[in-house]
Amino acid sequence: MTTETYDKQVASNIVASFEARAEMLVQILNAFVERFGWISEDAIRQLAEELNLSRAEVHGVVSYYHDFRTSPPGKHVIKVCEAESCQAMGSRELSAHAEKSLGVKMHGNTDQVTLEPVYCLGNCACSPAVMVDGKTFGRVTAQRFDEIVSSLGKSN
Amino acid sequence: MTATKIYVPRETAAVSVGADDVAIEIARQAKESGARIELIRNGSWGATWLEPLVEVLVDDKRIAYGNVAAGDVADMFASGLLTDGDHERRIGPIMDIDYLINQDRWTFWRCGLIDPLSIEDFRAHKGFAALEKAFEMGADAVIEAVKTSGLRGRGGAGFPAGIKWQTVAGAEGDQKYIACNADEGDSGTFSDRILMEGDPLGLIESMLIAGFAVGASRGYIYLRSEYPLARLILSRAIDLARETGWLGENIQDSGFDFDIELHIGAGSYVCGEETAMLESLEGKAGVVRFKPPLPAISGLFGAPTVVNNVVTLASVANIINLGGEKYASFGVNRSTGTLAFQLAGNIKRGGLVEKAFGITVRELIDDWGGGTASGRPLKAVQIGGPLGAYLTADQLDTPLDYEAFTEIGAMIGHGGVVVFDDSANMAHQARFAMEFCAIESCGKCTPCRIGSTRGVEVIDRMIAGVEREQNYDLLVELCATMEDASLCAMGGMTPYPVRSVLKYFAEDFASAQGADQ
Repeated sequence: MTTETYDKQVASNIVASFEARAEMLVQILNAFVERFGWISEDAIRQLAEELNLSRAEVHGVVSYYHDFRTSPPGKHVIKVCEAESCQAMGSRELSAHAEKSLGVKMHGNTDQVTLEPVYCLGNCACSPAVMVDGKTFGRVTAQRFDEIVSSLGKSN
Repeated sequence: MTATKIYVPRETAAVSVGADDVAIEIARQAKESGARIELIRNGSWGATWLEPLVEVLVDDKRIAYGNVAAGDVADMFASGLLTDGDHERRIGPIMDIDYLINQDRWTFWRCGLIDPLSIEDFRAHKGFAALEKAFEMGADAVIEAVKTSGLRGRGGAGFPAGIKWQTVAGAEGDQKYIACNADEGDSGTFSDRILMEGDPLGLIESMLIAGFAVGASRGYIYLRSEYPLARLILSRAIDLARETGWLGENIQDSGFDFDIELHIGAGSYVCGEETAMLESLEGKAGVVRFKPPLPAISGLFGAPTVVNNVVTLASVANIINLGGEKYASFGVNRSTGTLAFQLAGNIKRGGLVEKAFGITVRELIDDWGGGTASGRPLKAVQIGGPLGAYLTADQLDTPLDYEAFTEIGAMIGHGGVVVFDDSANMAHQARFAMEFCAIESCGKCTPCRIGSTRGVEVIDRMIAGVEREQNYDLLVELCATMEDASLCAMGGMTPYPVRSVLKYFAEDFASAQGADQ
């Protein structure tokens, strides 16, 4: 995923594109994560100021949602679906394989990769499923998982 | 010579198994061989087990090719793809596929059939005809038709849609809203997604009808972030509708104003609960609200709001086209009409099956699903998502009917059917139900927030063989507390899958010992 370093002006432009409406906070935070990869303390401070909210209010929203990570992710974000449909098709084994193959535990981070569980990608007729940098893959065997991961290396 | 139409779905499941690569390869092969083709990225028919499913229009018939890989394309061209030549991937005319023709396609009939991002194609397939008819009928008659249809909320709760609309129509307020719940978080469900990716304009049309009926000028779609492709398609469809005067002010000179804003969720399961969704739409943490007041009286920003699931709304267009009586003629008892069942998990032919209520679970799994994918015996079926009970192989003759399911301590929910074979350990599934509740609880009420964590601990002790009987009793008691005292279905229904495991698969707690979690 290509994300950029936090920039106050860019952030301000994003807020302005939502007309600085406080009820758009969840949408603005989504846009921040898309742009910068994560939500920093600086971002929280700036959002509070520009949306006329308290920092506690912004922090409360940030900490509530799984998607609003508060530390930088690895270069690639890999999510393995661990919900029931995928469990029925071996997602527990696939997660174990992913941890071993990437050398990182679930919820873990390296410079290169962030590995996370996700609870349903809605691709349940092609279980098990994974999402890599926002793209969904279905019918993922251990071998296919490794192929997907190695193709990431090549494209970068 | 006219160009030959070739359809390759642009739908999450199809793309997840290579449909984009297939489309690129088809374009490349056509160019190389000088063949004139028109590549159409349709939605999915829902026969997901056949994806990527490619169709070629030959002599007015769409010839289907199943499980096509990019590597097959050159060979398919060489075998006469454009002239219905024989090939091992060839299935035959799409309309001859039993899986599809034996369905009751009321809501999903355009999915797969049309180009989802072509207003012309949509219009050629009754698109906006229901809205035009609604304008002629008037708001009251529209609400009457929805009431007559008996349509109930397809998101899980099963509340009659017509009653909800009537309440909003009669509520005081200058501003009213239509809030479409597209936060399809239940594992084993993807019908909202297939509809939004395959017929987004159909959803927009039904939201317009809802807005017209209750007097709302603004609509919101709350879409989960796990659906990036649906987001792309839906945003484009909303733009298209605006560009062609089907959204905005004075729609088609009717005097009716309506516009839709697309909001994206941020990974919270509870935001599929209607009041949590409203909080999230207001930019806040998705914490559930106390009810009453009902959202129909005081919903989004305190205004009267229709909150309906995607499939509920999308069913309305044809109710207006064909009449509420016609819809009510499908189904059984108080479960009228059709439901888009979704076959998932360990199943040979997974996909979407829209069928009238009353069909049994066994018919769905055997006749459509073809049994387990692994070929091993079926052990359990979870219906209705993570809050749904696990049924045993002996319960599969239960007809899919809201009330029949309530009788056996289960629920139909959003219609997801997740099959497990005999390699599954159900104690692990019970543990997961509690764990999932602990992860996703919004934290507002104690039984859900604390009870779920305690539930995981109790189940861990049972699995470890520590005072198994006492812990069994404790778990039963905990389930009762969560069910009785939780604020919403998250804590209130997590006990359903847990109890079903205790009742039917208790022996799995012993065999789970030492097993891999």
